[in-house]
Amino acid sequence: MTGWLACARPVAAAALPDDLAAAVAAFAGGMPVREGRVSLEIAELVDNGNTVPVSVAVDSPMTEADHVTAISLFNERNPQREVAHFVLGPSAGLARVSTRMRLATTQRVLAIARMRDGSCWSRTVEVIVTLAACVESEL
Amino acid sequence: MVRALIHVPKQPRRGDVIEIRALIEHPMETGYRAGSDGQLLAHDLIRWFNCSLDSGNGKELVFSAQLFPAIAANPYLAFHLRANKEGTLHFSWEGDHGFRHTETAPLRVV
Repeated sequence: MTGWLACARPVAAAALPDDLAAAVAAFAGGMPVREGRVSLEIAELVDNGNTVPVSVAVDSPMTEADHVTAISLFNERNPQREVAHFVLGPSAGLARVSTRMRLATTQRVLAIARMRDGSCWSRTVEVIVTLAACVESEL
Repeated sequence: MVRALIHVPKQPRRGDVIEIRALIEHPMETGYRAGSDGQLLAHDLIRWFNCSLDSGNGKELVFSAQLFPAIAANPYLAFHLRANKEGTLHFSWEGDHGFRHTETAPLRVV
């Protein structure tokens, strides 16, 4: 039984929960989402989930013909799956966006980029949170 | 009075890619937290951010964002622009309870 669980774990870890998969699919607009081209910079171990710096960068030449049109950030276990949707202008020059987010608990964070041809690329990162945001009461 | 901080590089060379940073004072109350009386605090969020460049013949989108409760208080956004044209950068934030704030900053290239 233990052996079976050990084998099953990576698959369970890789699959996204239904609500997150639905939010991702809504952003992708029916296009397949492939791993790669996106890098997601966020601390692996977060002391304070109230304000967590996060940067998304996409490997793209950012030319007229081939550029990133949108980037979206999602989370697995906050009250809402969406964190932010970003739209890049035609002369962005560099597909890199930074912000600060909240993390309610230890969970995965996912970034997706949509290219001009409609293809979608993603990156998922696991983040461990020691002090949670969002749900604690006012101090 | 809402405070907002905008950072635009002073004198980029034409064609350089510059980083633009925008920070605004706002609680981004999620609607998921209880107050001291145990009742949930009403949500109060900035929902939309927009930055566009007016270089004399109409505004051109630089960057826009739709924000959700998972964005930290005092929303901070950093993004990029290839400085091909001079003009005025217009920043706007819109949110709950009719919240709206705008800022402008000049973009000069050498």
